[in-house]
Amino acid sequence: MVYETFSPEETYALGCEIGRTAAPGDVYALTGDLGVGKTVFTKGLAEGLGVAEPVTSPTFTIVQSYDSGRLPFHHFDVYRIEDIDEMEEIGYEDCFYGDGVSLVEWAEVIADLLPENTIRITIEKAPEKGFDYRRITVG
Amino acid sequence: MKDNIDILAIESSCDETAAAVVRNGREVLSNVIYSQIDMHTVYGGVVPELASRAHIEKINPVIEKALSDAGMTLDEIDAVAVTYGPGLVGALLVGVAEAKAIAWAAGKPLIGVHHIEGHISANYIEHPDLKPPYLGLIVSGGHTHLVIVKDWADFEILGRTVDDAAGEAFDKVARAIGLGYPGGPKIDRVAKAGNPDAIVFPRAKVNKSVYDFSFSGLKSAVLNYLNHAAMTGEKVDQADLAASFQKSVVSVLVEHTINAAREHGIRQVAMAGGVASNSALRAAMQAACDREGLSLAIPSPIYCTDNAVMIGVAAFHEYEAGTRSGWDLNAVPGLRLGERGK
Repeated sequence: MVYETFSPEETYALGCEIGRTAAPGDVYALTGDLGVGKTVFTKGLAEGLGVAEPVTSPTFTIVQSYDSGRLPFHHFDVYRIEDIDEMEEIGYEDCFYGDGVSLVEWAEVIADLLPENTIRITIEKAPEKGFDYRRITVG
Repeated sequence: MKDNIDILAIESSCDETAAAVVRNGREVLSNVIYSQIDMHTVYGGVVPELASRAHIEKINPVIEKALSDAGMTLDEIDAVAVTYGPGLVGALLVGVAEAKAIAWAAGKPLIGVHHIEGHISANYIEHPDLKPPYLGLIVSGGHTHLVIVKDWADFEILGRTVDDAAGEAFDKVARAIGLGYPGGPKIDRVAKAGNPDAIVFPRAKVNKSVYDFSFSGLKSAVLNYLNHAAMTGEKVDQADLAASFQKSVVSVLVEHTINAAREHGIRQVAMAGGVASNSALRAAMQAACDREGLSLAIPSPIYCTDNAVMIGVAAFHEYEAGTRSGWDLNAVPGLRLGERGK
């Protein structure tokens, strides 16, 4: 499914909609360049799940988990993962195969570890369609 | 009964493997830091797996050196302190396991210390008169917090980042303009030659909460500026861009701090964390505090970045308050400020 958004607010709303319908065990692999709106989308998804606290960058700790929503939410940034053994140290299996919802930024780094049912989300710009235009491909 | 309390402190939450011996929470008897920054520079950031391995290799020699520099043996130490969160889980575990082993073997009390409480405590070394209550701004690669330090270990969080940490914004912008890692010192240096008013970037503000910070939008604005320039073939002045970005970060940090001091009637301000060694932030905060008649404490750069001295200082106040960690002390990577894990 391909969505088009024309503002950060619309990108947020799309994330929110996906969060509202997310099911236990869902894993979302989110791809997009720096500054394309991954943070905005992720915050929307967290709100859709009912996460009450601010969703802050997991860049430093690789994963941040939130328990205040309808389902547990695990937000990964695996950009700095060098050896996939590191993911075991972090306990990714409990997140990917548990009752929560996981969203993974830079998922291509850990492609081998992603479950088969991973839902891929790609956010892209198209400069000819305007500064705030985003094409968001889900699935 | 001995007069002095000497604490062996260990810190391994991220880049640095560090150990120190601190007397009475104020006097630095030794300070040993092994930094992995050179190793991680190749990758443009900390590589967790490499970090854990390097900590394991370095921690014993670093602790031995801290003790020998202090001219002490383990027997003469009163307690062993260690950072147990927040940070990278593998890196934290190395320090926690080591501290538990040493404390157990030597029959010494163990004290788990919160990394951020350590950062703010770094101020007491060079500002021994600083006492709660005061306003603390902690800004680093992983954290951005504005707090009221109500008592030695009692923090009220006024504001924090709702997305990226301040230091992370420096790292990501530095990466985008080809300066490399670590981004903070590099942008600081390049910005000195630039015009901070050359480009107007959005302030890193959040509408709903007056003291919260948001740096993700600012980072995107810088990247969009660069993309736009690349498309139109416009030349980007690296120094102007660095200076303008830096100004946007600094001005919001200073503004929130001063507003909070006014609202809460607090006359003392202390900064901490790696970004507190940024020269533009130091200058702007000093000028603002002078204008308001506030006292300002900032640690020397060596105590701004991760070190074990700050852990030894924070641990002293915990020791005095009777805090003792159990042998089941564990690393808590997502430990929040003011939260007490096991």
